[in-house]
Amino acid sequence: MKATDISNPEYFHKVVDCQFACPAHTPVPEYIRLIGKRRYSDAYMVNWESNVFPGVLGRTCDRPCEPACRRGRVDEEPVAICRLKRVAADQKDDDYVAARLPDIPTQKNGKRIALIGAGPASLTVARDLMPLGYEVDLYDENAKGGGFMRSQIPSFRLPEEVLDQEVNYVLDMGVSQLFNTRVDSLKGILDKGYDAVFVGTGAPKGKDLNIPGREQADANIHIGINWLESVAFEHLDSIGKQVVIVGGGNTAMDCCRTAKRIGGDEVTVTVRSTYEAMKASPWEKDDTLAEGIPILANHSPREFVVEDGKLVAMTFNVVESSYDENGKRTITETGEIVTIPCTDAIMAIGQDNAFPWIERDIGLEFGEWDMPIVDKTTFQSTNAKVFFGGDAAFGPENIITAVAHGHQAAISIDLMLNGQSPISDRPAPGTNLVSTKMGIHQWAYDSAVIDDDRQASAHIPVEKALSSRKIESELGFSPEVAFVEAERCLNCDVQTVFEEAKCIECDGCTDICPTNCITFTFNDEEEPLRNKLNAPADNKDTDLYVSQDLPTGRVMVKDEDVCLHCGLCAERCPTSAWDMQKFLYTVTKAGNEPAPILLEQTQPAQKVSKTEEQAA
Amino acid sequence: MSFLKPSFRHPKSPTNRLGLTTRAYEGTISTLCAGCGHDSISAAIIQAVWGLGIPPHRVAKMSGIGCSSKSPNYFLSQAHGFNSVHGRMPSVTTGANVANRDLLYLGVSGDGDTASIGMGQFAHVIRRNLNMLYLVENNGCYGLTKGQDSATSDEGSTNKKGRVNPYTAIDLVSLALDLGATFVARSFSGDKEQLVPLMQAAMTHKGFALIDVVSPCVTFNNHAGSTKSYDYTREHVEAAGVVDFVPTSQEITLDQIEGSTKVVDLHNGDKVQLSKLANDYDPHDRRAAFDAVQDHKQRDRLLTGLIYVDPTAENFHDILNLPSTPLNALAQEQLCPGESALKSINNALK
Repeated sequence: MKATDISNPEYFHKVVDCQFACPAHTPVPEYIRLIGKRRYSDAYMVNWESNVFPGVLGRTCDRPCEPACRRGRVDEEPVAICRLKRVAADQKDDDYVAARLPDIPTQKNGKRIALIGAGPASLTVARDLMPLGYEVDLYDENAKGGGFMRSQIPSFRLPEEVLDQEVNYVLDMGVSQLFNTRVDSLKGILDKGYDAVFVGTGAPKGKDLNIPGREQADANIHIGINWLESVAFEHLDSIGKQVVIVGGGNTAMDCCRTAKRIGGDEVTVTVRSTYEAMKASPWEKDDTLAEGIPILANHSPREFVVEDGKLVAMTFNVVESSYDENGKRTITETGEIVTIPCTDAIMAIGQDNAFPWIERDIGLEFGEWDMPIVDKTTFQSTNAKVFFGGDAAFGPENIITAVAHGHQAAISIDLMLNGQSPISDRPAPGTNLVSTKMGIHQWAYDSAVIDDDRQASAHIPVEKALSSRKIESELGFSPEVAFVEAERCLNCDVQTVFEEAKCIECDGCTDICPTNCITFTFNDEEEPLRNKLNAPADNKDTDLYVSQDLPTGRVMVKDEDVCLHCGLCAERCPTSAWDMQKFLYTVTKAGNEPAPILLEQTQPAQKVSKTEEQAA
Repeated sequence: MSFLKPSFRHPKSPTNRLGLTTRAYEGTISTLCAGCGHDSISAAIIQAVWGLGIPPHRVAKMSGIGCSSKSPNYFLSQAHGFNSVHGRMPSVTTGANVANRDLLYLGVSGDGDTASIGMGQFAHVIRRNLNMLYLVENNGCYGLTKGQDSATSDEGSTNKKGRVNPYTAIDLVSLALDLGATFVARSFSGDKEQLVPLMQAAMTHKGFALIDVVSPCVTFNNHAGSTKSYDYTREHVEAAGVVDFVPTSQEITLDQIEGSTKVVDLHNGDKVQLSKLANDYDPHDRRAAFDAVQDHKQRDRLLTGLIYVDPTAENFHDILNLPSTPLNALAQEQLCPGESALKSINNALK
């Protein structure tokens, strides 16, 4: 293999599994260390710069980072990254945060931007463009900002004040709020002379289920996301005694738990797939079961049973899932039919995009599935002035993806309006690599790997939780528990950096490495090389770090897969050929100015002198 | 500084026939200098004992004094151990071995502990063919007392400050061959591919097995004037052949190996396979072994590998006609059969 080019920012980025998996590439280990030091406000700011909604995401994120977490590959469970983020938000000092929000120029740059829909994508665009002097008009049909974070996530999972605070951080930058204003024509918006328009209208159309009885029972059949929105905006405050939810995603979990709180005594979730294959996040399923709501897997809806013009039950075909060798699923009916009495049924079987308000003759082309054609890097549509992001761009995803889109769209808008190309002038990511060495065998991070298991987040008693839809059911981590959990982080951003010229090939690193990551051997192609390492290296999603040729003609090969970043290789290296260097990867934002909080994190470690150490 | 090794290991670590990963064979984190050859030897011991599938508690780690003799703390934490007086490891091992012949005796010594203060004991334990592996971690200097030349420092080599060593060196391999050792090998800490199978063969050998391992001292003897540095050893090493330890359960496939090949039968059907032997080297021939060592020395080369082996020689237990049951497992009436037995012995001598 060719020697690894560690100057490529993506090489070490990929080693930081959590950050790499995060759509917004939030520097996770960086803020977890700050939480470990009880610097909650700084941890919050690191988050805020990257994902704009730490308090919201700390409660509701889909957590793409956690399945990626390296700890999950060596320990039973990954670090509870999401709940740690919530700690930063819960424990932060509001005044400190307010003082560190970016300054908004009073002298505007004369460019006007319209944002359609006040969800996470649009708010992120506003957050990035306001400090650059743009004038931003934010349109939404609802009375408050937040988009589906407000309408579809129930208050018992995301308290309103948490959402309000983070939405207001953006709105208070001076965004002109055109709420209670439904946009019925994109052409109409463009005609107002905006320099750019960002569409962040989400995927607002819930799917329906056309089976016998649907029309007759219409009064008691609800579309999940619409129903949640009605509850959230208090157009609805009750439901019948017996409720059946159809669907197995996170919306289904939110629907059933909401129904249980506003009058549903017997709430049942039914899902066509197996329990394991349900789309809902495992922790959402756990919370649902903990509230006494049964989840019936392998139930395929058959009919709405209507008596005297009223819904009285639903029938289901019991099905079986089988998978062929390619993992393709086939669902077959077993012949068994189950009847579940119900007064109401909620359909939570997915959602679609809908753009009836976008004219088809304004140079904005639509492609497959009647979706606009949007560039995956620039988020620009075929009408150069119109950008898309969030669920509106490529279909339903999640909040953190919407935020990532928003940042990128803001870059494109800013480049375009400065006469630059949104493609060729895109800024490179910011990187910083600095030694954590503080003295002999001393590092500026807690290199010891602790054995503690993943900490559980506390919940309030179920009876109390079910008494109101506005009481947050989960308490989150206390600072003490958060410290233990933070220490579980392996600091994957503290990289093992190898310098060939210093290596004397003594094998000290190979011998000490707890996970046998390091091998000195003769170079080869990747496949045979993987087969001759000291430990199995069959996780091809992780890279091999290959050095230049060493004096004996061999190379150093490190399998990044299960490296614990414990620093022992560097401690047992007589010549400092290995060094533990902290790598900070930041997604450059519009305006290309690094955030002050991130600049602070790139300062080299301070050497501690013996006397200072003793004094401490 | 790390004092504890993380407890996580590679999730797909292989297991030996006991179902154990190498973790069961590890010790505490070394406090020797970073880069010390001794740590590589410790790692090789872990691999060798693990690979043989010997339960860690069936090993006795014996040592004297010196950097080398500290190292048993850094492997096989669950083994027995005795850190004896300087140079007296062989006699303590002899005593232990007589009391319990069922353990694997792993003596770890250094050039000072063996070739200086322990020279007498070294010579006599060879003569007795005590069933043990005697490992010399040979760095050619007294590392623990700041790097003075040792008895194995080559004449003409320099110390760290540049002073030339005026004395001739003791070559432990030649000495052991001369004294009748039944397994003599030399290796280099930086070559585990050779060292591990050598150790496995030596641990299986019934009798005294010496492995003299060149183990560079990174702090005091890894400079340009040294003849026991990483660079010098790598440049001058010449293997007698490629060593492969083949346990009973595994078949030997001679035809796959190019060049000259020899198989040495060890105890219990285990074998050592030697391939790519230089000039048809025969490790059964003591005189040829002696010649080869001297020949390499004259050519300024360091002969490594399995240099001599006699798997059939009687060991200490056979010579003393000791029972197959360890003495510490014999009942009181067998060890001390009483007055009537004494009488009958005395009568037989009348």
